[in-house]
Amino acid sequence: MTITLHDFELSGNCYKLRLLMSILQLRYDIVPVDFFPGREHKSDAFLRLNPFGQLPVLQDGDLTLSDSGAILAYLARRYDASGQWFPDDPAVTAEVLRWHAVADDITATASAARLALGFDYPFDLEKTQAGAHRIFRIIDEHLWFGEKSGRDWLASPAHPTTADIACFPYVMLSEEGGISRQDYPALRRWTDRVRRIPGFIVMSGIFPAGPALPAA
Amino acid sequence: MPSIDPIDHIDPITRDLWQVIAATDELPVGQIQRTTLLDVPLAMTRDSAGLPVVWRRSDEEAGDDVDPENILDRLPVTTGYGFVWTSLGTPSAALFPIPEYAEADRKNMSCGSIGIHVSAPRAVENFLDMGHFPYVHTDILGAEPHTEVKEYDVEVSEERDEVLATRCRFMQPRAAKSATHAMEVEYVYRVPHPFCSVLYKSCPEDENRRDVIAIFLQPVSEDRCRAHLLQSMIDSTSTITDLRRFQQTIFGQDKPILENQYPKRLPLDPRAETPIRADKSAIAYRRWLSQKGITYGVIPMAS
Repeated sequence: MTITLHDFELSGNCYKLRLLMSILQLRYDIVPVDFFPGREHKSDAFLRLNPFGQLPVLQDGDLTLSDSGAILAYLARRYDASGQWFPDDPAVTAEVLRWHAVADDITATASAARLALGFDYPFDLEKTQAGAHRIFRIIDEHLWFGEKSGRDWLASPAHPTTADIACFPYVMLSEEGGISRQDYPALRRWTDRVRRIPGFIVMSGIFPAGPALPAA
Repeated sequence: MPSIDPIDHIDPITRDLWQVIAATDELPVGQIQRTTLLDVPLAMTRDSAGLPVVWRRSDEEAGDDVDPENILDRLPVTTGYGFVWTSLGTPSAALFPIPEYAEADRKNMSCGSIGIHVSAPRAVENFLDMGHFPYVHTDILGAEPHTEVKEYDVEVSEERDEVLATRCRFMQPRAAKSATHAMEVEYVYRVPHPFCSVLYKSCPEDENRRDVIAIFLQPVSEDRCRAHLLQSMIDSTSTITDLRRFQQTIFGQDKPILENQYPKRLPLDPRAETPIRADKSAIAYRRWLSQKGITYGVIPMAS
């Protein structure tokens, strides 16, 4: 079976899938989509793949899937033999899906601010920035209490899940939307941990983390 | 009462220049698009013949229908290299030349107009810099251990009034979309306009010709600009989408670096920042801006 990703390099939502597929060591083909400036995701051909006109789209054999969070779940269930990335446990599944929804809220705020400043989208900049700060504050607190209780990741398991993959890109790209992460130290430490996951890859605008300090 | 017209705060050299504001193809016919140039709010559209019309805006909204016939108080307009250029003053007759653009077999394209939170001169200077290739464009335009910027030549052409850097060479793992292996690439940089730079680089497909990549900066304010990216390539296999993706990947890597530069305006005082050899072209560029009397988007030398 061949996996094909319909992809735009500067899209954080597309990068989520490139990142998980790199971690899972999956081979896939890329079909570049001219999201900007060509607006190819609104073309007839693309709308036949995804009537909502949104990236990414992933094809696996005869399956055509859209929505980054849904595809993360699919890839993990289908290809992650360890079962760690999208765990089976009902309570953990609910937790991970809850964070997938937070990731969509981050897209609607931090990513929208980035589109407004960088790509001339007519979004309300102040409102999207304020919305991102409100979410970052809550995540920072969640991660800070996590660190105190020995939890390194967004969901409760002792390893990263698709929750972390889903929330990571538009947190990392927030400064392009004029949203500083300076006031969120636990959030910043978590982005370093994500960047040290084996198989981690970058996208344009995201740089690798340095090596972690040896544990004292 | 003192004037609060933002035009009064623009130095006369900058005011009289042609300034890029949009990709021509992306400008709708009979519908308003908004932008800002040198702190001045503008509206623009294209008429039924496809020609751009640009004017200073008041309460126009993006997407509003407009009959360009009714727009009487227009700013000067020209088109060139796929983009719309206007001026808030009295521009020279012609835009600077890029003769290669007219060669029939080239793939010419806009790679998008992208907003960056830095002044236009800072963005030009980053475009001229080769020292960052291995660190920012790792495994594409550079890779360790090939980090050395070799000696190159810089001059200011009196005749053409532009900064010219030649004999710039760099080992690049993937110099272009069409590159299949690492190669030592030769660059020529022109700065034919205070906010525009044109780069000629060895073409992987034809050793006798050069790919042309240009960055045209639209100064939005003293510390913000929009980068309009042009590629004029010799590449018989890649699609426009492929070529755009390659350039956007590079530019997306530069963006956070640029936006973290401080101060956001470019300091022209030679003592303001410590230069190294890689900065030879930057030094010439800063001196050229200073001699021209550009003050917009820069921190002028103390007089």
